Amino acid sequence: MSCLEIQNLHISIGDKPIVKGFTLTIASGEVHAVMGPNGTGKSTLAKAIAGHPDYTITSGDVLLDGRSVLAMEADERARAGLFLAFQYPSDIPGVSIANFLRAAVQARLGEGEDLDATAYYKRLYAKMDLLKIDRKFTSRSVNDGFSGGEKKRCEILQMAMLEPRFALMDETDSGLDIDALRIVADGVNAQRGGANSPGILLITHYQRLLDHIVPDHVHVMWDSRIVKSGDKSLALELEAKGYDWVKKEFAAA
Amino acid sequence: MSDIATITAAPIGSFTAEVFAAHLASLGDAPAWWLERKRAAYATFASLPLPTRTNEGWRFSNLSGLQLAGFKVERVDPNGQLLASPFGPAQLNFINNTTVGDGAGARAELAARGVLVTTLSAALQSHPDLIREHFMAQPQKLGSEKFAALHAAFVSDGAFIYVPRGVEVPAPIVITHAASGSGTAVFPHTLVIAEENSKATVVDHFVSVSDIPHSALRTPQFACGANDLYAGHGAQLTYLAAQNWSRDTLSFQFNSTVVRRDARVQSLNLHLGGRQARHESHSQLQAPGAFSEMLALTVADGEQEFDQRTLQIHQAPNTKSDLLYKNALRDRTRTIFSGLIVVDSDAQKTDAYQSNRNLMLSDDAEASSLPGLEIQANDVRCTHGATSSRLDPGQEFYLQSRGIPKAAADELLTFGFFEEVLSRLASEPLHDALHQLIKTKFKQ
Repeated sequence: MSCLEIQNLHISIGDKPIVKGFTLTIASGEVHAVMGPNGTGKSTLAKAIAGHPDYTITSGDVLLDGRSVLAMEADERARAGLFLAFQYPSDIPGVSIANFLRAAVQARLGEGEDLDATAYYKRLYAKMDLLKIDRKFTSRSVNDGFSGGEKKRCEILQMAMLEPRFALMDETDSGLDIDALRIVADGVNAQRGGANSPGILLITHYQRLLDHIVPDHVHVMWDSRIVKSGDKSLALELEAKGYDWVKKEFAAA
Repeated sequence: MSDIATITAAPIGSFTAEVFAAHLASLGDAPAWWLERKRAAYATFASLPLPTRTNEGWRFSNLSGLQLAGFKVERVDPNGQLLASPFGPAQLNFINNTTVGDGAGARAELAARGVLVTTLSAALQSHPDLIREHFMAQPQKLGSEKFAALHAAFVSDGAFIYVPRGVEVPAPIVITHAASGSGTAVFPHTLVIAEENSKATVVDHFVSVSDIPHSALRTPQFACGANDLYAGHGAQLTYLAAQNWSRDTLSFQFNSTVVRRDARVQSLNLHLGGRQARHESHSQLQAPGAFSEMLALTVADGEQEFDQRTLQIHQAPNTKSDLLYKNALRDRTRTIFSGLIVVDSDAQKTDAYQSNRNLMLSDDAEASSLPGLEIQANDVRCTHGATSSRLDPGQEFYLQSRGIPKAAADELLTFGFFEEVLSRLASEPLHDALHQLIKTKFKQ
């Protein structure tokens, strides 16, 4: 059992504070949805925890099984077990999915340890079958010319291959039609429930994703921090009442 | 600039008249006309000054690196320490201008189909007319007339490849040119004649070798090589040159490509080695339908300088040339690209493209680009451009967020940058061999 503790996190871009005191603890196997209007710092939170160099953590801490990750580079955090599913994944022309994932898997091996190519491809193809991804996909350049749905499926494939302990999923539903959303959600759900079930921080705008990836906890973010927590019914309430409700209730606070 | 004055006073360095006379004496039974040509070439070499700052063809080049002193041309008795070629077994191996090893079996198989893969010295006896017609027959126009003459004067052997009319050679013909020993000067040459409607792939692999492990990279050497490529009517020739001399080599490579009617030549030059390496490439599109695809990849590190000068000459209507040179610059390196497209007045419907792209992996590296056009026809399509860019921080973060360390991420992105060139190769094994060679440069 693993634990990701986000403790009173303050994040700035340059001199501008974006997140002002975010606290949340996630255990492996749990899905925590964080909802909130645009500009409230949800994406900033995910990227900063993953180690994006443009974001400065000015105070607070992020502990993975009791160990702070803040001094680690992004790649160290990933190898320690964090995974960021990007809202807008970068396209990398000239680098095939197969080579990219191979490098990521290789990076997790010890010094002088070589990747078993046969086992790697066997595993990759099994994951692709699960996500209903055509095998020809592996020779395509990473995200280059991909549709929105293909990009998100590619993110989930990476998550499936890298088996993180905690996944930060940033607006995974954006840009997806309902069919693509279902495939992506199925891919995430397939990774839940087992012994290696990751803890998931699911950042979203809309309730509809939560119909497919059912959360254990829902948190409403407003003005850079969590203002209300509940179970999945909170998402439905939010959907019914709109963010104005949150605004009225918490703007004064 | 006192150093220039010194150089100009002694522009022949180690390549003195005595050294040249000894070289001629070592050639044995070479034909008289060949010796005469070499004498004329030596006279040209000795009479021409070294390049100076005012020479347009040497803009941005490090002129003080062109010292010709401290080298020796004797043909060292090779110990036969052949390296395994990443391109598969070589049909011809040269160490210090001397043929070694055994590619006879593979050559005999080709000979049965009329394909000649032999040494230049043997071909001087058996096919003198072809050598007269094609050996360095095209004028050098890009600034290295002195060094090209030096090559012609001192070349003692090389590869001679003749593919007869209509013959297709499926497997690549691989030639290894090695330099061994400190101060050694080598003059590799490859002459390829692809006759009408033939098809072939030729690979030149240039490499420094050493008896002493790991010292090959640091051995000071001088390499002055040339290749002549001739593609007859409808021929399809692919030419790969992988330059991996020691990091202390002063290297010159001269290319002349002649493309006849409906012929197609694809050339790819990989530049990895050398302290200072200059490559000059001339493509002549001589008849309608001719197409020359000129590709190059460079990985520069340490304090290396790669200097690339190109000429795309369209001499007939409906001809096409497509140049794409990509450089990746690390550390304190310098690259220079200077390219000129020339379209003669009757070369209407020319389609010419020229592009130099530089990936700056260090703030201390410097890439210079001088693209140029000289168009005398009025109905042409010519495009040229040059760009220099850094790695995209978004892409770097994306890779790092997957656990890939920064150095490995940058390597992967560099390969991504190169793939546009590598993917032009039809042969997957050659693609992979180049990939492996490039990778060695990231491990050092």
